[in-house]
Amino acid sequence: MGALTNMLAAGTVTAGPEHCPDSSLPRLLDQFDMDEILNCMQCGFCLPACPTYRQTGKESASPRGRIALMKGAATERLQIDEEFEHNMYLCLGCRACETACPAGVPYGSLVETARDVVETRKKQKGDTSLLRDLIFHEVFPHPERLELMGSLLWMAQAAGLQALAQKTGLIKIMPRQAAEMATAVQTIASPWQRMKREPVMEPEREAAGLKIGLFTGCVMDMMFYETNQATARALTKAGCQVVFAKEQACCGALHAHAGEQSGAVELAKRNIEAFERAGVDFVVNNAGGCGAALKEYHHWFHDDPVWKERAMRFVGRVRDANELLAELPPLSFSKELNVRVTYQDSCHLAHGQGVRNQPRQLLKSIPGVEFVEMRGADTCCGSAGIYNITNFDMSMQILDDKMVDVENTKATLIVTSNPGCLLQMKKGIQRAGMTGQMEAVHIMDLIERAL
Amino acid sequence: MEKELKSQLRQIVGERWFLDTPDELYVYSYDATPLYQAMPDAVVMPSSVEEIAAVLKIANQHRIPIVSRGSGTNLCGGTVPTEGGIVLVTNRLNGLQEIDEENLTATFGPGLITSELHQAVEARGLFYPPDPGSMRISTMGGNVAECAGGMRGLKYGVTKDYIMGLQAVLPNGEVLRFGGKNAKDVAGYDITKLLVGSEGTLAVVTEITAKLLPLPKAKQTMVAYFSDLTDAARTVQRVIAERIIPATMEFLDQATMRVVEEFARIGLPLDMKAMLLIEQDGDPLQVEQDMIRIAEIAHAERAVEVRTAQHAEEGAKLMAARRAALSALSRVKPTTILEDATVPRARLAEMVDQIGVIANKYSVPICTFGHAGDGNLHPTCMTDERDTEEIHRVEMAFGEIFEAAIKLGGTITGEHGVGIAKAPYLEWKVGAGGIDLMKRVKEAFDPHGIMNPGKMFAKDQRRRVVVKTHGCAHEHVGGGHGHSRA
Ligand SMILES: Cc1cc2nc3c(=O)[nH]c(=O)nc-3n(C[C@H](O)[C@H](O)[C@H](O)COP(=O)(O)OP(=O)(O)OC[C@H]3O[C@@H](n4cnc5c(N)ncnc54)[C@H](O)[C@@H]3O)c2cc1C
Ligand code: SF4
Ligand code: SF4
Repeated sequence: MGALTNMLAAGTVTAGPEHCPDSSLPRLLDQFDMDEILNCMQCGFCLPACPTYRQTGKESASPRGRIALMKGAATERLQIDEEFEHNMYLCLGCRACETACPAGVPYGSLVETARDVVETRKKQKGDTSLLRDLIFHEVFPHPERLELMGSLLWMAQAAGLQALAQKTGLIKIMPRQAAEMATAVQTIASPWQRMKREPVMEPEREAAGLKIGLFTGCVMDMMFYETNQATARALTKAGCQVVFAKEQACCGALHAHAGEQSGAVELAKRNIEAFERAGVDFVVNNAGGCGAALKEYHHWFHDDPVWKERAMRFVGRVRDANELLAELPPLSFSKELNVRVTYQDSCHLAHGQGVRNQPRQLLKSIPGVEFVEMRGADTCCGSAGIYNITNFDMSMQILDDKMVDVENTKATLIVTSNPGCLLQMKKGIQRAGMTGQMEAVHIMDLIERAL
Repeated sequence: MEKELKSQLRQIVGERWFLDTPDELYVYSYDATPLYQAMPDAVVMPSSVEEIAAVLKIANQHRIPIVSRGSGTNLCGGTVPTEGGIVLVTNRLNGLQEIDEENLTATFGPGLITSELHQAVEARGLFYPPDPGSMRISTMGGNVAECAGGMRGLKYGVTKDYIMGLQAVLPNGEVLRFGGKNAKDVAGYDITKLLVGSEGTLAVVTEITAKLLPLPKAKQTMVAYFSDLTDAARTVQRVIAERIIPATMEFLDQATMRVVEEFARIGLPLDMKAMLLIEQDGDPLQVEQDMIRIAEIAHAERAVEVRTAQHAEEGAKLMAARRAALSALSRVKPTTILEDATVPRARLAEMVDQIGVIANKYSVPICTFGHAGDGNLHPTCMTDERDTEEIHRVEMAFGEIFEAAIKLGGTITGEHGVGIAKAPYLEWKVGAGGIDLMKRVKEAFDPHGIMNPGKMFAKDQRRRVVVKTHGCAHEHVGGGHGHSRA
């Protein structure tokens, strides 16, 4: 019999609910995977890898601490309250801790469950935030609405977002954080530009015999339409046929990370169906965050064997664009760029999918690119999905530290593989006062410049 | 703890660095030691020696326990606040104040991470040898307080061999300095060395001056595989008997190799019963010669395969695998209990044998690895804290392992410290007289017993928490997972 039980018997462990919570709680708590939580041996190896721990030095902001909190909540020694919620959401979800963890603790899925529990609990208690509901239930699941938002954003930007926000009173519902991040948004593709897209693009050189379904992503296609087109062009240059499957939807990652598991599952089903129908060899994406989610679809169907099977087949076909391009015969470039370039890993590409070398190889293969590795390239830039909106201050602290490392490389181009990171790096350049001296660019756009 | 006291503490360290909400307290209720947990009443994260002194004064006045804490990676329950009180986190005192290249010393705060010290001094061609497996996250304060060892212990010794000077705060708030940069110093009792390994039970260390060495010019790594455990142990003994002192001689048994391979995928031959990882550093020529001789000895002792790493990267990879051994073992089962029984190195083979016998007797799965050159073994048990019956058998087995170690002239802990986990066994090693003297030393520093209470010494009769638990008839002492000998 262990000491823990002794301590409990002796009444030394005193935290915990004052009174017995309601009956819906135990079932909710069953969602926590106790086996995986216990697999954390509390060795602390993950602490130095965690950006929020490094910023604060606080155990509650560390992976080990968060797992302990989950254990506390799952065993009803801690309440699922606002503090717990805050602690679960202060995590970037960058999964650097998973790479560092020798015990193989699947932190990413643990924190998703924890957030799901938090959200369900809030619903049970009848308090959800309106804005959150709106975004997750009314916008992301509906491509046409997202498109509308894209169009709105486009118009807003054309007219000067700040001005519009003020005129319409939008500024009142759009928190400072969102407004600040909006200043980093690049020109958004106009609705008619997107309508002109060819549904199929044929290979430009000797065919590799591959039919690729491009996963366009929701935000990606809205704000980075050009990057999607560049990705498609790079793939056709590499001899692939590229199709844009019509019924595809948002990957569901944001839903999953934000504790909206059921919404995520619905989106996953839509995507699996869409790409099955398109009959493609590979599903290629250019956003590390989406890619990691797409590759995890099979984990989302634990108690649905039929869908799990379909998800496994789908997952087997998912590739990041860097990953696939590295496997195909080298691209032939026609221009020399003559720039010093550094690379910021996308957490969900590096830690989530283990894709680290491929983008670096691709960069080095571009004529005239001088590649310099940055210190801590695989630590999170603080963008982390919508983290830079939900936890703006922490995100900016992390970003400012990151920019010091960026500046030390003396590169003029900072390359990323994920739209969130790209926006964040643009913001970072502004904050560091380096606008005009340095540019942030998605790797697919850079490749396009040299093709 | 009263409101008034809390607000005083808040004033000392600042709002942001005083924590007392349920989640914040909960995450300081554990460390890397499985099975132990207790809640503190408050957590402070001071940024200066002055703040620490002020906190201690208040704590001493009101008899509130103080638990110093670095990164909480110790393996003896050393930072579990068994009697509540204040957890004092030192990680904000992490400045590296000076690297003195003339005196070959470094001076830094206790919150400095061990491997950051390594990097900083190595960048100047200098060397701080102690390298606990946890060095990427352990603090130097924690290393000092536990007298941490590591893989280079055989040739270079442990933390205490490098600590030259300390600044420490006594429980009454007095700030004192001991030792310094002098290579020789016999002015009075050696309090510096006494504080090393004192596990936060005497004072809070606030500044450390450590001795540095020149960075060895060359290093080579070798791995040898054996189809018999005792062959490996004999190889260790023979190498040293031949007057070769390698920097490192690490030992992994088959069960450990399997798990490490699963994690690191470095191509270990899993049909082998044991492997030795040997590293020698120094002058290139000497290193070369030593490695050749060690290989000969290993072959003579029936090593099946001996291989020298072709380049530094290959060597580093092998060593990294060894460093990950403990954590990798934890993949097997939810709860991993690791001990660190140590014997004089000539008794190594016997000890390894005994562990096997004891593991069988209690039918508990035990993997063994460790610092073979130091006779310091880490028998590690993979179990499940929810299986009370098995945990009970594990406790019995470890009790017997400690007993076996002592019979072989060894000790209950080589480098992880006593804490709560081994407090019940301390008397086996040092005797009643030893305990009594140690307690009087503690009283001299800490008359009110506020410094990390419940650690090192099993609680006295009055405070002892004896719990009878189901399926387990004997007594449990004060939260220790060991049983009392009586
Ligand atoms: C995976 C793993 C591998 C390990 N490998 C080794 C190894 O090879 N060799 C080895 O020796 N140990 C090893 N350890 C044990 C542990 O890492 C060491 O004991 C380390 O020194 C603890 O450092 P820390 O900063 O985590 O200290 P903590 O765990 O926070 O504290 C340890 C003790 O020091 C006291 N303390 C901390 N700071 C101060 C201070 N400033 N003043 C006074 N007292 C203080 C605490 O009260 C406590 O008693 C390992 C642990 C793990 C999890
Ligand atoms: S996901 Fe990133 S931020 Fe979250 S605990 Fe892991 S390392 Fe820290
Ligand atoms: S590294 Fe893994 S096992 Fe160790 S504390 Fe972190 S999550 Fe837990």
